[in-house]
Amino acid sequence: MSAASRERTSLWRATRAIVWKDLTAELRSRELLSAMLVFALLVILSFNFALDLDPKTRGSVTSGVLWVTFIFAGTLGLNRSMAVEKDRGCLDGLLLAPMDRSAIYFGKSVANLAFMLIVEAVVLPLYSLLYNVNLFRPGLLLMILLGSVGYVAVGTLLSSMAVQARTRDMLLPILLFPVTLPVLIAAVKGSAGFLSGLPLTDIQPWINLLLVYDVIFVAIAFIVFDYVVEE
Amino acid sequence: MHKAPKALRLLDGVSVLLLVVATGMVFLYAPVERTMGLVQKVFYFHVSANWIGMLGFLVAAVAGGIYLARGNRFWDVLEVAAVEIGLVFSLIGIVTGSIWARPIWNTWWTWDPRLVTVAVMELIYIAYFMLRQGIEDPERRARYAAVYAIVGFLSVPLTFLSIRFYRSIHPVVITSSSAQLSPKMFQTFMFSLFTFTVLFVDLLWHRLRLGLLSEQVERLRMKLSE
Repeated sequence: MSAASRERTSLWRATRAIVWKDLTAELRSRELLSAMLVFALLVILSFNFALDLDPKTRGSVTSGVLWVTFIFAGTLGLNRSMAVEKDRGCLDGLLLAPMDRSAIYFGKSVANLAFMLIVEAVVLPLYSLLYNVNLFRPGLLLMILLGSVGYVAVGTLLSSMAVQARTRDMLLPILLFPVTLPVLIAAVKGSAGFLSGLPLTDIQPWINLLLVYDVIFVAIAFIVFDYVVEE
Repeated sequence: MHKAPKALRLLDGVSVLLLVVATGMVFLYAPVERTMGLVQKVFYFHVSANWIGMLGFLVAAVAGGIYLARGNRFWDVLEVAAVEIGLVFSLIGIVTGSIWARPIWNTWWTWDPRLVTVAVMELIYIAYFMLRQGIEDPERRARYAAVYAIVGFLSVPLTFLSIRFYRSIHPVVITSSSAQLSPKMFQTFMFSLFTFTVLFVDLLWHRLRLGLLSEQVERLRMKLSE
């Protein structure tokens, strides 16, 4: 092993350390997850009355309601996860650490994804229970995973920019929603397809679109993240 | 005060002249379309304006990439110039499209892929300016804006694709194999595209010059206050 590689922690280990740090911090404080969860429930509650979710309309809007809930709760999490680093000066510490800076991006993304998936894992059974539909279908779970990955990949990048702005909490959704619109459309349509039991050939384009989006934006974020945190 | 360079003033003249000729061609040279009538004439400038919108955002994304690689302020100024022009011309495209759609589709607006894509594009680049406004440090502002210009531009084709799986009613006049236009219409159309492209270069140059000059003023002011 050369001297250089011994000094710099490997990307994989550094990423794992950052994910671990975020999860541990969250496990101790539980402020982010509880806020996301309560918020998600409030969104579903609001939809219940706003859309009058009787059994007939429910079938066609379930996937839309779920996804709007997820991305709203996700925005909350994305805002918070970077704001915490900035306000307590932890970001400077991370930047000083002798490691590849992409590790910050990957670590933060994985942690954000974990929070979003946890929220989704609570919302899904609850929604199934409240509205008496079975949401545990492998296809739907796949759409939720792919959609969340794309959303978090762009969200983590943009939230690390928004956090530096004067108007940060307001700015993130404005930056994020138009750029992630393809994710929302594909995820809503694909999920609706799986929920209404369409044949796989009809859903395939949405899955492909999500895959393409995920690959492109993880790669792009990986390339440009260095410029975002550069001081 | 710096005077505009001679080439730029010449280009101003050429742009105005071309615009006059293009307008003349649209109304006098190109024949009236049989089923749609006079309102079809909006098509020439409508497509041209949208083309300039796309071109502006493309130039911005490329300039953003070069800025990130080189760090030269020039590219940041160019990027802002291109986004501003792209934003205005996309808006012109939306408005002229609405004028056409009202009699033809019987509605000002419909959720067609192209319409939604242009609308989302407008929102992305409005967000772009909000991002710029929110960040004080000019160097950081330039970096973030460049990143957003690239990310935003990349998402545009995906947005278009995602909505295209819905049914589209927007006419496709130019396909890869043929153009469904009479020769005179086609010539007018090509001339409009050319005119708008020249106009774009002219406006971009002006806006770039303005941006560079205001940077210079800013530098001089800093020097004064020291």
